[in-house]
Amino acid sequence: MARELTRRERLKIPRHEMPEQDAHDRSVNFEEVNLGLTAEQAVAEAERCLLCANPTCIDGCPVGIDIREFVRLVADEQFGDAADVIKRDNFLPAVCGRVCPQEDQCEGACVLVKKYKPVAIGHLERFVADYERERAGSTSVKTITKTGKRVAVVGSGPAGLACAADLIQAGHDVTVFEALHELGGVLVYGIPEFRLPKEIVKAEVDQLADLGVRFEMNAVIGMIDTIDELLAEEGYDAVFIGVGAGLPRFLGVPGENLVGVYSANEFLTRINLMRSYAPDAETPLLDLYRKTVAVFGGGNTAMDAVRTARRLGADPATIFYRRSDAEMPARAEEVHHARAEGIGFETLVSPIELLGNEDGWLTGARFQRMELGEPDDSGRRRPQPIPGDEFEVPIDVAVVAIGNEPNPLIHRTAPDLEQTAWGTIVADPETGRTAKKAVFAGGDIVTGGATVILAMGAGRRAAASIKEYLDTGVW
Amino acid sequence: MDGPQPGGELMNRILETRVLAPEVKYFRIEAPKVARKRKAGQFVIIRVTGTGERIPLTIMDSNPDDGWISLIVQGVGKTTRTLNELETGDSVHDLAGPLGMPSEIHEYGRAVVIGGGVGTAIAYPTAVALAEAGNDVVSIIGGRSREFVLLEDEMRAVCTEVYPTTDDGSYGYHGFVTDKLAELIADGPSIDHVIAVGPVPMMQAVAEVTRPHGIDTVVSLNPIMVDGTGMCGGCRVSVGDETKFACVDGPDFDAHQVDFELLARRNRTYSAFEYYRNEEFTEEHIHVDPVGSS
Repeated sequence: MARELTRRERLKIPRHEMPEQDAHDRSVNFEEVNLGLTAEQAVAEAERCLLCANPTCIDGCPVGIDIREFVRLVADEQFGDAADVIKRDNFLPAVCGRVCPQEDQCEGACVLVKKYKPVAIGHLERFVADYERERAGSTSVKTITKTGKRVAVVGSGPAGLACAADLIQAGHDVTVFEALHELGGVLVYGIPEFRLPKEIVKAEVDQLADLGVRFEMNAVIGMIDTIDELLAEEGYDAVFIGVGAGLPRFLGVPGENLVGVYSANEFLTRINLMRSYAPDAETPLLDLYRKTVAVFGGGNTAMDAVRTARRLGADPATIFYRRSDAEMPARAEEVHHARAEGIGFETLVSPIELLGNEDGWLTGARFQRMELGEPDDSGRRRPQPIPGDEFEVPIDVAVVAIGNEPNPLIHRTAPDLEQTAWGTIVADPETGRTAKKAVFAGGDIVTGGATVILAMGAGRRAAASIKEYLDTGVW
Repeated sequence: MDGPQPGGELMNRILETRVLAPEVKYFRIEAPKVARKRKAGQFVIIRVTGTGERIPLTIMDSNPDDGWISLIVQGVGKTTRTLNELETGDSVHDLAGPLGMPSEIHEYGRAVVIGGGVGTAIAYPTAVALAEAGNDVVSIIGGRSREFVLLEDEMRAVCTEVYPTTDDGSYGYHGFVTDKLAELIADGPSIDHVIAVGPVPMMQAVAEVTRPHGIDTVVSLNPIMVDGTGMCGGCRVSVGDETKFACVDGPDFDAHQVDFELLARRNRTYSAFEYYRNEEFTEEHIHVDPVGSS
């Protein structure tokens, strides 16, 4: 049983930081950087929780996990029960424990954050999920009464998987359609192995398959079947669209199509999904060993790309970002990890031209130095050029990581889905309902590029609304 | 490491193969849904093995009733050469499609369909569709030598005139497809639409032949692709100074607007890697015992 601790005793326990692979070692391998807490560390960390009567952390969680309860169970060493509590609200805890921006969510809302350090909720979630998985899972497969209703989930990324998890448990038949040959969407093609090992995604996907979710890979909805065909011909009663924001944005500067310029999507897909770093890989990648690699952008994807380049031997590997450190959208942990791995950061610079040789290969970039002006719509101070302050940098390989636009494939064949000027699908943020009957949407295809957990939250809200729609028939 | 396989059934089974020319092979593959949905000009992405790369291949023909599509594959790199080792009864690991925008088919009047080498297999479905739309379809099908002139009989079945050409004069017209095209333009009757599919220099040359005459000309581009759904942007091409993604905006584009130099350069990105892989493939297939699989 857990020790009885006074408030003062709890406050005295220092926060347990995540054990990491040595920065030098890890900068040359693809193994996971974060090693995970030990059971002892997890229990001690959980004991820091004050078990607030009104737990603000839960309000900070986009899927409303009963954090106080699962942390209490960890302190009590009841790890399996803790996993069950998490899984009531989050079917992908091993993923979320790794990639959620906890500092802005649950941990940011922890009462300890002001005077102390917040309880390491993310580390604990990961610990519990890993504990459960490594012990072959405690998930009791309950008998579910089938409703006979069928739902098509388009996209096997975080939104689709979360939606499928809730629907299958509600007794609906669920088929998830995935365009690629592997399941997980951005979790497998986007997020690198060293941050989210693929076997973890696979284990969480396999659990859904065990519950009865059907998966169809290589199925590009919009091409092989339209939304209307899924509803009318294939006999689905509802469709959830969670296809993500999948069309890479480029800089719009001269030289962007030179050989040696990748979108972050292509660069990361070649490495993560196609494993071009493996000795027997069939999918090529330009050789990065001792090459000068530049990554444009300051988000998590930019950090993933630059740290990946580093692992493939890039030296130097540098982030070029047009605002300052303070505005960088990447998680603090990712920036910290990147710096420790020897990544260079050039801020307040914006590429204005990519330079190439006569064979069309990238040789460098011309940058414009920027300064910060007034805040823009995002609340961040807008970067503006310092006239005349330009410079050139030699670059062998560049990766553009400045975001994505919605993929047009679904819209082309479903013009009655209302969309915004940016091409995202219009859907009610609470219910995921679109302008088209029986069609729901959520995740990046609705919000534009956001986070894994926000997409999962949208998938779950849509699942609740789909259940209601299928029960009542009321649109 | 793959996800759960739907139903565990054997997918994408090869129903028939035929060697058409050295390193050029015809495949008929079971793909019922793709067969029903595909239109002329569209392609599929194939992964031959569970560790293989994703390659785009334009669909040559299909039979929606019998549920198959056909492809013609030229063994140029390790992946295509590995694919060409497969026989009837084997299956490809992954097949996704149909992808890309279908070719635009209108009643143009007199349309010339030009295929260079295996480009003829890609041009063929467009010739069929143009004929069905009521066009007077003329085809020029070129090859290095006689054995590389493909699908002549199939073309004759849908075209009013078919002109095989060979670079070495071993068959048909002695010269390039563009030489024959220039002759047709000079001799009349006038040509209203041209579609050309083949190696980049050939398509570029066709564009230059038709440009001064203002003849509407379309090419089907073959840039390097990974996902084929717009996600990676690797297949970007410059068309009229705008960046387009061949997989979702194409693969057909206005030949007079395409930056062919850029396309050719980008297609050479991995030539060093391909060279190495090709050597490896050749070695494996020369030294390894006959049953050894790669």
